[in-house]
This record gives sequence, C-alpha cells and structure tokens, in this order.
Amino acid sequence: MDSFLLQILNGLDKGSAYALIALGLTLIFGTLGVVNFAHGALFMIGAFCAVTLNKLLTLSFETVDETKTDFLGNPLKVETPYVEAWFGPEFGGALIDWSVPLAILLAIPVMVGIGFVMERGLIKHFYKRPHADQILVTFGLAIVLQEIIKYYFGANPIQTPEPSALRGSIDIGTMIGFEANRIIYPIWRLVYFFFAMVIIAGVFGFLQFTTFGMVVRAGMADRETVGLLGINIDRRFTIMFGIAAAVAGLAGVMYGPLNPPNYHMGMDFLVLSFVVVVVGGMGSLPGAVLAGFMLGILESFASTTWATTTIPGINQIIIYLVAIIVLLTRPRGLMGRKGVMEE
Amino acid sequence: MLGLNRKDTTLLIVVFLLTMLAPFLLNPFPADSAMAQFNAGYPDLMQRFVIFGIFAVGFNILFGLTGYLSFGHAAFLGVGSYAAVWMFKLFTFNVVPAIAAAVVVAGLFSVLIGYVSLRRSGIYFSILTLAFAQMSFALAYSVLSNPKFNLTNGETGLQVYADDPQIFAVAGSPNLPHLFGLSMRSTYTMDVGAWSFDFNAGYYLCAVIMLVVFYLSVRLFRSPFGMMLRAIKSNQQRLNYTGLNSRPYTLAAFVISGMYAGLAGGLLAAMDPLAGAERMQWTASGEVVLMTILGGAGTLIGPVLGAGFIKYFENIFSKINDNVLHSWFAFLPDGMEDFMVTIIHPFVGKGWHLTLGLLFMLVVIFLPGGLVEGGQRIARLFKRNTTQTPGNDPEHHPKPSPHVAE
Amino acid sequence: MGILEVKNVNKRFGGLQALGNVNLSVQENTVHAIIGPNGAGKSTLLNCLVGKLIPDTGSVMFDGQSVLGRKPHEINQMGISRVFQTPEIFGDLTVMENVLIPCFARRDGAFRMHAFESVQHEKSLNEQAEEILVDMNMIEKRDMHAASLSRGDKRRLEMAMCLVQQPRLLLLDEPTAGMARADTNNTIELLKEIKEKRDITMAIIEHDMHVVFSLAERITVLAQGTPLVEDTPENIKGHPKVQEAYLGQAH
Repeated sequence: MDSFLLQILNGLDKGSAYALIALGLTLIFGTLGVVNFAHGALFMIGAFCAVTLNKLLTLSFETVDETKTDFLGNPLKVETPYVEAWFGPEFGGALIDWSVPLAILLAIPVMVGIGFVMERGLIKHFYKRPHADQILVTFGLAIVLQEIIKYYFGANPIQTPEPSALRGSIDIGTMIGFEANRIIYPIWRLVYFFFAMVIIAGVFGFLQFTTFGMVVRAGMADRETVGLLGINIDRRFTIMFGIAAAVAGLAGVMYGPLNPPNYHMGMDFLVLSFVVVVVGGMGSLPGAVLAGFMLGILESFASTTWATTTIPGINQIIIYLVAIIVLLTRPRGLMGRKGVMEE
Repeated sequence: MLGLNRKDTTLLIVVFLLTMLAPFLLNPFPADSAMAQFNAGYPDLMQRFVIFGIFAVGFNILFGLTGYLSFGHAAFLGVGSYAAVWMFKLFTFNVVPAIAAAVVVAGLFSVLIGYVSLRRSGIYFSILTLAFAQMSFALAYSVLSNPKFNLTNGETGLQVYADDPQIFAVAGSPNLPHLFGLSMRSTYTMDVGAWSFDFNAGYYLCAVIMLVVFYLSVRLFRSPFGMMLRAIKSNQQRLNYTGLNSRPYTLAAFVISGMYAGLAGGLLAAMDPLAGAERMQWTASGEVVLMTILGGAGTLIGPVLGAGFIKYFENIFSKINDNVLHSWFAFLPDGMEDFMVTIIHPFVGKGWHLTLGLLFMLVVIFLPGGLVEGGQRIARLFKRNTTQTPGNDPEHHPKPSPHVAE
Repeated sequence: MGILEVKNVNKRFGGLQALGNVNLSVQENTVHAIIGPNGAGKSTLLNCLVGKLIPDTGSVMFDGQSVLGRKPHEINQMGISRVFQTPEIFGDLTVMENVLIPCFARRDGAFRMHAFESVQHEKSLNEQAEEILVDMNMIEKRDMHAASLSRGDKRRLEMAMCLVQQPRLLLLDEPTAGMARADTNNTIELLKEIKEKRDITMAIIEHDMHVVFSLAERITVLAQGTPLVEDTPENIKGHPKVQEAYLGQAH
C-alpha cells in the first residue's frame, strides 16, 4: 500500500508538467484550431528563464582577499556576486538562493510577450493555410528556438538548484499514518505539484468566472457564431495564446530543479504532451489535465523495478502503448466531444 | 519510351545523365584551389545525395500525392538500416540480401504503423506518426538493447563484429559490404590536369537503384493509382461518394513510401555497416519533410533537388568555421570583418541546424511550392518579359521553360 | 415495390426527434422530390440513405438490399450516386481526371492497385469519359483545373461524374441552393435534359417549389420529421394540409 502510494506521488511531478503543457496545447488548438509544434520550445524557454535569472544574479566581480591564501601561497581571489555587494550578503544571498521561484516574475512577461509576437507575427497568417503548413511552420520555429538556446547556453544540461529551504525530503508516510521512512518524498516535487495545481485552478477559474473566459469558451465551441456577435474574437485569441505560452513557460521555470534544463527538453515533452492531448480528448481542457496526471502516474508505475525486470524498458514506451489502445478503442479520447477525432 | 510520355522521358534522361556524370559535375574546381571546399564530388557525400534522394522521393509519394503529412518516416529508415546490418552479421557482407531485407522489413513495419495511424487524418495523423516514431526510437535506443535481448545495441549502434556468424560468407570476399566481391568502398580516381574525379562503386550502386526507383515513382505518378492518391488530397469525401475506399489507397501509399525509406536505410548501412538509433529521431523525420517541401511536394523532381540541396549545404555549412569566415571577409576593414564573422557565426559550423530551421520556416511561409515552383515563377517572369518586347530579334526564340513537374 | 424502400425510420438527436416513422417508396424511373420547410428532417433522411447516419430503428432497402451500416463507398458501389448542395469535385485535378475517377471506380470496384499502368492507355474508359463530357457540353474544358471552373460548370461536372457511373439512383441534395434565378433555371434545364436522355431514377431534396414542380413526378412532403402526404405534383399543389404546413408560410 505504501509503495503504491509512493509510485502515485512519484508520477505527480511529470504528470504536472504533462498536464500544464497539454493544457496550453489544448487552449491553442481549441481556440485557434492550430496545433502548435513549438509549444515544447515554450516550455523549454521557461526553464531557461530560470537559468538566465540565476546567471544574472550570480554575476560576480573578483576581489583579492589578502587575509587568506590559496594552496600555492598566493593571495586568494574571491568572486563576489554584485547583488551581494549591493544588498549585503544576507539579502543578496537569499535572492540567489531563491532565483528559481523569482524567475516566475521574469517568465510571465517574457512568455506572454513571446506568445503575442508568435501569434501576431506568424501563426495569424496561417489560419487559412492547410493544417500541414501550420504544423510545418511551427515545427520550423521549434527548431529555431531550440537552436538559439543551444547557441547561447550550450548543449549540456545546466544545474538550477531549488532554494535551500526547499531542498531535501520529507517523510510523508508518517504524516498519514504509515511507518517512518516508507514514503520519503522530495519537497520540491511537492512544491511543483501544488504550483501546477494553482496554475490549473487559475486557468479554469479564469475561463469559468470571467466574461473574457466565457467568450473564449464560446469561441472554442463555435468560432463563427461568436465572431458574428461583433465580439473581437481575434484579439481575445491572441491573449489566449499569450496565456497558453505563459502556462507552458511557468511549467518550465519550476521544472529546472527536478531535471537540469537542456535545449532539447522541449521536444521530448512535446511529443508526450501530444499523446496526452490525444488520450484526454482533443479540445477538452479537463481531459488534458486528467490524462496528463494519469499518464505521469502510469509512467511512474512502469518505472518500478518489478515492471522493468518483467518487461525491460516498459517505462519508455508505456505512454505510447496506452495512446494506441485508447485511439483504437475510443478515438475521441477520454473526455473528447463526440465527433472529434472520429473522422 | 518505357511507357512514359515525352516530357517524362526527357526528365528521366536528364536525371540519368546527371547522376551518371555526378563525379564530374560535382567537382568543378581544381583539387588544390581555394574553391575546392565547394566541391561535392567525393564518394561519401555523393552517396548521401542519392540515398536521401530515394528517401525523399518515397516520402513524396505519401505526402506529395495524398497530403498525409507523416512525421515518423525516419523510423522506417532506421528499421531498414538495422535489418541490413543484421543480414551482414548473420549471413554475408553481400549487399543484395541486406538491401532486400531492409525493404521487406521496413515494408512490414509500415503496414503495422500505417494501419493504426491511417485511421485518422490531418493533424491527428501527423501526431500519431510522430508518436510512433518516438516510440520506435525509444525501443531502438534502450528497450530492445538489454542483456537478455539485444537487437539494436543501444547507444553504441549495431555493427558487425569478428565473431559474428556470417554463415554464407564466401572465402576471399572483402570483409566489408560488397556486391559479389566488388567492395562498396573501392574507388577509382581519375586525375585530369589539376582536377581529380572519384568513381566509387558504392555511389554507382546507389545511383542505379535511385534511377530505378525514380522511374517507378514517375510511373506511379502517372498511373490511375497516382490519380486516386491525388484525388484523396483534393477531396476525400467526394472520393468516398464515388465508390472508392480511400483507406487501402492511403495504406498502399504509406507502405510504398515506407519501403522507399527502408531501401534508403539499407543503402546507408550498405555504404557503412553501422546502424544507430539517432537515425530514427524526429529531427531525421523533419529533415525528409523539409527536403520534400523545399524541392516541391507533389512534383516529380522536387524531392531529389531538395535532398541534394540540403545535403550539399549541410556539408558546406558544417565545414565553415571562424577561420574560414575570417579569410572570406579579410578584404573588409578589421572592425567590419569581425562584425560580419560574429553575425554569420551562429548559422554555420555547428549552427547548421539553426539555418535549417530558418530555411524550413522561410520555405513554408514564402515558397510553399518549393524550388520547382520558384523556378517556374522565374521562368514565367522571364517569358513574360520576352513576350512584351517582341519582334526585334528574329533569331531570339526563348526556349519554353522545362516543365519538369506537373 | 420501389427501388428504394424506407420503412419506419426513426432518428433522434438527444431530445430532438429528427425523423419519426418515415416511410418512403421511390419507384424506378421516376423523379421523386422530398420537400419540406427547413428543419423538417430532409438532410437527416438523406444522410441515412447514403450511410453517413444510421437510423435508430427502421430499414432502408435499395433494390432489395439493406444499406444500413454500409460505408458511403459501398453504398455508391450498390448504384447510388449523390450530388451535394455545394458541388463536391476534385479541385486540384483536371476536368477529364474528375470524370475518369468514377469510370475507374465503376470498372475496378472500391480499390485496385494499378500503380504501374498508365491512365492514358485505358482507351475505353477515356472514351466513356469523353462521351459524358461531350454530353454535358464540357469537352472543350477537359484540361482545365476543376477548381477554376465557374459555379455552374462545377455543378455540371459533378453531375457528369455521377452520371458516368450510370447509377440506378441519383440523389440530389438541394441542387439549386444559394443559386441565382438564372442559374436555378439552367440547372432545371440540365436535369430535364438528363431525364429525357436517360432512364434514371432521381430523388431530389429541395425546398424551392419552382424546382420541385418543374421536375418531380412524385412528391413527398416532410414536416417535423414525418411524411405528411405523398402524391403527384398536381394533387400536392391543392392539398390543404400541405398549404397549411408549408406553402402557406413559404409563399
């Protein structure tokens, strides 16, 4: 029972990332009717917002500490980050320590901006082009974005540590009545999960309770009619694209401490997120979230020693297998509307 | 001739001459000159031209005719390579069984994937093929490479070892892929003055095969089957209400193009007996898509042009480093020189993929018909200009633009 | 016994009864019109005939065989061709190719792998296709791309594609919808011409009375998913029930 619970918990962090990316993909597909192959790249750029902020905050100048010497007997050179010099070591150090959560503040405007530019500058011109062209142009954009990141940050993963206060693990088992040391869970993964839940709740609340959200939902159901009502649906869709980009970016920002970001993480996640969207039901927001967590947890179960010794490598392909089975038995996905995907 | 009309026969002859004379045509610069870096007439690169030409021609049968955009064709290429290397390992280094096995195995694999993926169309089809290809990549990279069952040799890649059985190996034949004793690596170099031309056995094998499959694709384009495939792209609903079942047509096109990809993979292994999982990655699938649309999807010659274009520039761009750039811009004042080098640097050398991505976007945005359409547009422009100023020169008869495509 | 027999067909969409107990019999070699105001269930009925929808209950028999559960291409192979509201043609193909495809479909069935034959070498099919194009006055446009035809020519082409299959039953879904008066009259002339030249059974879904009364030999009036009355045009014109349900509002 406790190990069962542990596997569920282990699936939550990846599941959160899948859910957030799939949520954005679905928003864009549902509103604009475009499949955004560059969406993984937005997730990756989010992660690199955290990397960038961390690099900026740790920019240092060199001083010579006369009181100490290095092992050759020369005076020791000390690197002092500017922020520590400006704000004092205590506050400056805290800023550096908390760079990942702080990067959220950087990521929101950056991602929304990128989203706006992408929609207005590129995607807009492709609404009337064939689907193949939409796929191809966003695919090209994904390559470009990822190569730019590779150019500036290199090909190797970059460590982005979580704040020291949130490092380490807690024993969840004891909190819910199991023996000690049975369910040990890293704190940051828990943070990531709650962070994802907050964003998901935010998006759903926004769509449910604001007039803006109501129009967007109506637009997802029937774009032409809403257009006829004289509502400037195009502008709202642009904003929606910005929001979707921000959701993907935020998923990326906080993901860094779980897995050091590299330039191709976006594409790795994108393919799986597509599968998530398909399993959840193309165009269904709750479906995307549900399927994201489900597949994340399923992947975690497939990664147990028992599973991998029984069928080697099952953890690598389980998601695809599930997707194929779902497609063959229930083409519209778990929560898809009737008719979608059934052509 | 050969059951083709005059236009297509001409096209076939042109392609035949180009591939046969490629060792000359691709080495226009003397071997020692500074321009020699733009030569492309060495065996390794020429082999890649025709092999990826085959890959793109096959992809075009699916995408160009039916409009079904597959993002997973590299999987068939990889499967073909693995099948060929296994034939080397188990039986013999003769390339004939290896290439045959590559085509057959890739064909069977594409039946499987096509059967499932073709239940959907449009974007769903693209997503499904992408997912299948990534799954194949994961299978090849790790799942099918474990101590109990090692089919792909994972990260290292599958290769032939001295202790492999090779039960049909003939004593005295080369210890490398060969065609009944003729090693694929054997090259005859002809020196003419300052020029040097390489004639490589492997290249000519690939070239002959490419001509055969290109001819088959021309026949297919002009056949009733090809017409049905174009009808699917144009209006699938009408096709169904005309009493035709579109699914076996698309599946047949999918399998044929999968077999072309397998053939290309088999030839890659025949030129260099090695198969790795990276051949199956989505970037490789993206590359063949780009070759096809860059040349002109749905046209006969476009994919071949696109493949040659991309492989040539990949080769040239990857070779350019900062030193080369500095030597190019040496005539500029120092500041300008450094500036130009800094500007160009991200796009060359290891930055080739950035150029590729940009090219991808530019082609889709500005030239959806590819190079062939671009050529036709220029030809039309040229024609119009000459017809606007008629009469002055009775000797001047502009040749009609060669309609290589449809 | 008609060539097309619809018996007790019901179809519900959620709470909406789209078709309620529809009975219909189309006799061979007649032009049978199905009329009714918008929302009367005409399109639903048509979609049940061509395999796009499956009725909840009831049977649809064509020439003694059930069409229910069959795919559109199978139903076409049984001998039912369909003309759409907006002409559905192969826009990227030439006019000639558009007509050749149904010729191949008729000769070779739903699928044949003729990948290495040449379209030009199929002499008899090419002749068939040319013949129908001559018939429809379109032969001089044979090498044009179908997408570049005028709307009227697209309609003629679609008719040609259906007729070249020599269908036992031709279904027409509002063939004059959205047309100007002149175009409508041309279409009526075209259909009359076809009717005179060939022995053909047609079922027309239509709400334009002018079209219906110029062509039909039998008329079924649908209202709210149920057939109100079936009779000859003369009798329908004066029928009080029809006046009340339909003509009274429309004209």
